[in-house]
Amino acid sequence: MSEATQTVGERNFIARGWDLGRKIDPRYLIAFLITLVLVAAQLRYHMVGGYDRLVIALGVCLATEAMLSWFDRGKVVNLLSAYISGISLTLLVKPQGGALWPFVLGGFIAIASKYVLRYRENHLWNPTNFAVSALLLAAPDRVSVLSHQFGNDLTTNLVIWIFGLIIAARVGVLHITLTYVASFLLLNTARAMTLGQPVLPEIAPITGPMYQLFIFFMITDPRTVVRGRRRQIVVAIIIAVMETLIRFASDKGWPLPTAFNVAPAFLALAMVGPVAKWLDLRRVAYK
Amino acid sequence: MLRDETSAAGIHFVHHRPSFDPKIANVEPHIAALGASVSVTDFDGDGRPDLYFTNSAFGQLNALYRNKGDGTFEDVAASAGLGELNRPGEGVSMGAVWGDFDNDGREDVLIYRYGYLALYRNLDGHHFQDVTAEAGLHRWVNSNGAIWLDYDRDGLLDLYVTAYFRNDVDLWHLATTKIMHNSFEFATNGGKNLLFHNLGNGKFEDVTDKMGVGSTRWTLAAASADFNGDGWPDIYLANDYGPEELYLNDHGRRFVLTTAGLESESKSGMSVTLGDAFNRGRLDAFVTNISERGYLFQNNNLRLNQMSESKRFRNVAEGEIADAGWAWGAQFGDLNNDGANELFVANGFISADRNRSYWYAMSKIAGANGRLFEDAASWPAFGNASLSGYEPSRVYLNRGVAGWVDVAKQVGATDLYDGRAVALADLWNRGEQDVIVANQNQPAIVYRDIPDSANHWIGLKLLGTRSNRSAIGAEVELESGGLKQRRIVDGGSGFSSQNDRRLHFGLGGREWVDRIIIQWPSGVRQILQRPAIDRILTITEPER
Repeated sequence: MSEATQTVGERNFIARGWDLGRKIDPRYLIAFLITLVLVAAQLRYHMVGGYDRLVIALGVCLATEAMLSWFDRGKVVNLLSAYISGISLTLLVKPQGGALWPFVLGGFIAIASKYVLRYRENHLWNPTNFAVSALLLAAPDRVSVLSHQFGNDLTTNLVIWIFGLIIAARVGVLHITLTYVASFLLLNTARAMTLGQPVLPEIAPITGPMYQLFIFFMITDPRTVVRGRRRQIVVAIIIAVMETLIRFASDKGWPLPTAFNVAPAFLALAMVGPVAKWLDLRRVAYK
Repeated sequence: MLRDETSAAGIHFVHHRPSFDPKIANVEPHIAALGASVSVTDFDGDGRPDLYFTNSAFGQLNALYRNKGDGTFEDVAASAGLGELNRPGEGVSMGAVWGDFDNDGREDVLIYRYGYLALYRNLDGHHFQDVTAEAGLHRWVNSNGAIWLDYDRDGLLDLYVTAYFRNDVDLWHLATTKIMHNSFEFATNGGKNLLFHNLGNGKFEDVTDKMGVGSTRWTLAAASADFNGDGWPDIYLANDYGPEELYLNDHGRRFVLTTAGLESESKSGMSVTLGDAFNRGRLDAFVTNISERGYLFQNNNLRLNQMSESKRFRNVAEGEIADAGWAWGAQFGDLNNDGANELFVANGFISADRNRSYWYAMSKIAGANGRLFEDAASWPAFGNASLSGYEPSRVYLNRGVAGWVDVAKQVGATDLYDGRAVALADLWNRGEQDVIVANQNQPAIVYRDIPDSANHWIGLKLLGTRSNRSAIGAEVELESGGLKQRRIVDGGSGFSSQNDRRLHFGLGGREWVDRIIIQWPSGVRQILQRPAIDRILTITEPER
C-alpha cells in the first residue's frame, strides 16, 4: 500500500468514526467520557476511595431517577443522565472519614433537583453542580471536593482533554468549553496582574481534575445550557467573570463561606447558570 | 487527666524555625515548618527518663533536660556537648534517636538534620563525643526521621534514615528552586532513604541499595516491628505526597516492598506510630494525615495488622479519629491505665495571621500539573498567612467497638500550639504515661498524666544481652485475665520522636498479670509468670 493510499485510508477511518459518532445519542458519548475518567482515575490513582462510594452514588442516582420519573411521568426515563451524575459525584465528593452519607444525600438531591427546581418543564441546575455546591455550602466540616487526587500528571490530563474536546465538539458544545477556558485564562491573568501576583499559580487550576469535570460535564450540560450559540458563549463568559469575582474576594480575604474559596467555579455556575436558563426559558415562552 | 507541668518541671525550651535561601522566601514558612522534636532517653543511667529537644535555627541550641529526680529537670546540653548542633555549613536539627549502638550500656544519639547526620557517642553518662566521621555517617541528608533497628539480628543496632528533600539540595545555597514534590499524591522525587549496617567496630556501612530500601517518596516517618510474625523486623514508612510503604524483611538478607493494602489510599503521611489498638496482641499502625474543612479530608489511618492472616493491613479509621486536622506526631499509650491504648495526636501546621489562610492559595496549585509546583518559585507567596493553625491536640479515648472519642478538652490538653513531635514517658516513675510535645517555633509542653488511681499497672525495663543493649525491637505481650496487650521497644516512633524505652502497661482493676512473653530481637523468647505489679521491673535477656 502506498503512503498516499494509507493516508487516504486513515482519513476515511477517522471520517467513518466521526460519522458514527454523529449517529450516537450525545448522552452516550458523555457517559463514555465520564466512565473513561473514572476508570483512568481509579486504575492509575485509586481515586475513588472505595467501591462502596461508587455503588452508593450510582445506586441512589439511578433509583431516584427511576422512582421520580415514574411518579412524574408515569414511566421510567432513560437513566443515562443519572448514571453521569452518579459517576460525577463519586469522583467529586471527598468526605470526612469513611462517611457514605454524602453520596446518599448528594445522589438524591442531584436527581431530585431535576424534578423539584423546575421552570416550564425544564430543570435549571446541572444536577451534579447543584448537589456538590449544596453539600459544600451546608457541610464543609464533613465534605470536601476533588482537588489533587488525580496525580498531577500531564499524560492523564492530556488523554482526558483530547477525548473531552472531541466529544464536546461532537455534542456541539465545544464553543462553550473553549469560551470558558479562554475567559478563565484572560480574566485570571488580569486578576493576577491587578493583584501583583505571579500569573502561573492563578491560571494553574484550569489544568486540574476538578476543572476537567467542570468544563466537560457541568458547564456544557445540554439540558441546562441556554439556547443559541451566541447566548451560550455570553453565559460562559459571565460564569467566568463571576468566578473571577469570587476569586478576587477570596484573594482579599473577604469572609465568604468556605465553599466559595474551595470551588469558585462550581459556585459561579450554580449562581449564574439557573438565572440564565430561567431568562432563556422565559424569553422563548414570551416569543 | 493531663496537667500542664512544663514550667513546674523547669522545662523552658522554645523551638526556633530555620531560615533558608532567599530564593524560596515565598514559601519559607512552609519549608521551614519542621524541626521541633523530642526524644526520651536515660543518658546518665540513673533510672529516670531524660528529654532531648532539637532546635532548628542557626545558633539556637538543642536542649538535653536531665531528670533530677525531684520533679524538675535541668538543661545539660552544653556540658554534654549536645547543644550546638545548628551551624552554617552543617545544617539544622530536625530530630534525634537514641540507642546504644556500641552496646557499652550507655545510650548514644543520632541527630538527623537538614544537613549532615551527626552521631554522638555517650562517653560516661555525662559527656558525648562526635563520632560521625569515624562511623562513616558524614552524609548530607535532608531528613525528618530516623530509627534504630537490628535488621539482621546480629545484636548491633543498625540505622534507617528517612529523607525528605533530595539529598543534593542545600537549602541555604540553592542551585535551583525546583526542589518541591512533583505530585501531591504520587511523588517519588524526594530524598533517598538510607539504611546503614552497624559493622560492630564503631563503623557503619551504607547498605541501602543492597537491601532495597531506598524509597524516594518524601518519607516523614518510619517505624519498625515484626509485622508478619516471621521473627524479622520490617520497616513501615509514612510518606508525604504518597502512599505508605511496608518493607518486609526477608531474613536480614533484603527487604521486599509489599503493598499490603496500603497502596489504595495515597495521602500525606505525617507520622506513624505502632500500638495494639484493640488488645488483639498485634501491633497496628496509626498514620496521621491532613484534613481541613471543605478543602481536604485525607483522613488519618488506623490500620489493623492482619498480616498473618491476609498479608494486609485494614484501615478502620472512622469518625472522630479519622480527622484530627493537620495531624503530626501521635502515640499510642494507656493514659488512664485501664488496659486499653489511648491516642495522643499533636496537630496544627502554621499558626500566624488568624485572618489569613494559605489553604485558598494552595488550592490553586494543588490540582495543577506537577511541573508547576515542583518549582518552589511558582508557589503563591505565603506572607504571614496561617495554614491549619491554632488547632487543638486530640486525645482519643479508646472505647473498643464503640470507637474512639476525642476527650482532649475534658482531660486538660488544651494548648493550641503547632505540635509536631509527641513522646510518652513515665517521667516521674509513678506508673503514668506523661506526654511531651515539641511545638514548632513555640514552647515545648509537658503534660503530666494523672491516671485513675484505682487502676494498676506494670512497667518493664528491658536490657539486651544477645540482643542490642537498648532492647530496641523487643516485643512484649502481656496477658492478664482476658486482657492481652502487645508493645514494642521503639527505636524511633511517631514524628521526629522516640518514647521511653521502658514499656508501660495499664491493667485496669486487675490485680495480677498471668504472664509476660518477651520476644527479644535475637530470637530468644522469655516468659515471666505472675510478675509483681505497680512497679517498674528490670528484665535482662537470658543468654539462651
